[in-house]
Amino acid sequence: MSNYRLVDLVICAAAEAWHDDGEVLATGIGVVPRLAASLCMKAINTDLMMTDSEAWLVSEPVPLGPRGGYQPRVETWMGFSRIFDNVWGGRRHAMVGPTQVDRFGQANISCIGSDYRRPKAQMLGVRGFPGNSINHANSFFVPNHNSKVFVAGEVDMVASIGYNPARLPKGYTFADIDIRRIITNLCVLDFEGPDRQIRIRSLHPGVSVADVVSNTGFPLCVPENIPVTPEPSKAQLDLLAVLDPRDLRATALGA
Amino acid sequence: MGLTMDKRTTAAQAIAGLQDGMTIGIGGWGPRRKPMALVRELLRSKLKDLTIVAYGGADVGMLCAAGKVRKVVFAFVSLDFIPLEPYFRAARQNGAIDVMEIDEGMFLLGLKAAAMRIPFIPTRIGLGTDVLRHSPAIKVIDSPYDDKAWVAMPALPLDAALLHVDRADARGVCQICGPDHYMDDLFARAAGKVFVSCDELVDTEFFADPVQARQVFWERAQTTGVIHIPGGAHPSSCAPLYGFDAKHFKEYAASAKEAGGWSQYFDRYVACGEEEYLNRVGGLAAIRQLPLPVF
Repeated sequence: MSNYRLVDLVICAAAEAWHDDGEVLATGIGVVPRLAASLCMKAINTDLMMTDSEAWLVSEPVPLGPRGGYQPRVETWMGFSRIFDNVWGGRRHAMVGPTQVDRFGQANISCIGSDYRRPKAQMLGVRGFPGNSINHANSFFVPNHNSKVFVAGEVDMVASIGYNPARLPKGYTFADIDIRRIITNLCVLDFEGPDRQIRIRSLHPGVSVADVVSNTGFPLCVPENIPVTPEPSKAQLDLLAVLDPRDLRATALGA
Repeated sequence: MGLTMDKRTTAAQAIAGLQDGMTIGIGGWGPRRKPMALVRELLRSKLKDLTIVAYGGADVGMLCAAGKVRKVVFAFVSLDFIPLEPYFRAARQNGAIDVMEIDEGMFLLGLKAAAMRIPFIPTRIGLGTDVLRHSPAIKVIDSPYDDKAWVAMPALPLDAALLHVDRADARGVCQICGPDHYMDDLFARAAGKVFVSCDELVDTEFFADPVQARQVFWERAQTTGVIHIPGGAHPSSCAPLYGFDAKHFKEYAASAKEAGGWSQYFDRYVACGEEEYLNRVGGLAAIRQLPLPVF
């Protein structure tokens, strides 16, 4: 099977993140994470719950873009206040796109620069990152794997808690934090190195360890044998065509 | 002698009751169901040094651009389809405002604590993050029941809240028909004064239908004043009545890239007053035709 694009492979790799989650709310923020969660709910873990990205849980993922004649199949009211009820109960796994990630898995979408009073670049604000990171499982999607995203030191504004012993709150252990995977345009990373070090889990076809290491601002755990990220199957590509009929994913890696 | 409470007022009268330095909550979420006509009245006023508490969109950006703001309490400021609010961004990057940057859920808890008249609500949110480092006023405390650290999210009491709803009656019964009322009920309970603009003013009889009454999210005792402003959420949305005005938001965002862009926007859309505003954005009928956003 070679008739696929990198973004298709990335989405299929990202979809694996919820494989063993059972009945949790899968939230994918942005085109790639949302398609990944949708693909997972359709084909891998059909017990997942998902919203219409507005105020309802739906019994099947809503295709991206203008609806045409499609009516979302709502099953439960899920306004923002209830999203927080779910978050605080822990039955959720979100995949989000941070601006920066550091070696601890601490992530930032708030602002860039060393002077918080006067940031070099104001981004979104911390949004739900602090609450997500200490309440439920999280994965990250990084469309452009480079050392500006995977920074050498700590992220400029720690918006989500990571596996940083210096910041671990009283009474907490790493077991209270659950960062699963980071899916990028080069590889899949996880936190299964020694002491939760970030590890290369798989390399996308044609990508070398050196490509990943030289584009990452901190040392990675590099296993001796690293599998190649699986290519999408015909069935997965057919499903993606249904979930993204207008091919919004075509530019999702910044192409 | 009138036996029925009548809370109808005007935007000008409502804003005239506010003072410099007040903490003002603004309902809605990003580009959705913001009381923009009331915000424009605030922009036309002499008020200054305000602390704005909002799930922010153009409301926060405009107030920053107009120099009304001393401090913003926020989790994000965004127009969604334009992710970064340009005037809020400029205010931050110029160091022009103080901030209390908190998680979206901490924000909810702060409003809830104020609504319950308690000083804080314990939560794990914020632990291990720079939210606590940059806002040392948010304390981490010990629990009487376990040995863990807990964030004591402080109450966010509001001097006033500004909200927009689909319908209200003269006594302050307010109805939100969109799929999400966001945290507007908590804003209404956290505030000393609550001014609500509505697209439609209805008779109390309207709420006699339980289906309609089910979409009322706070009791009328929480409502201080009702201001009938059709299209009053524009350019934000008021689903199901109208979607947000993407074209207008693009024009607004583009103005931030030009020297003097804010004063041009202000002259064209704020200084002119609400009646002329409606004309300049194409009229109420055009607003009511704005398509609902699809996510």
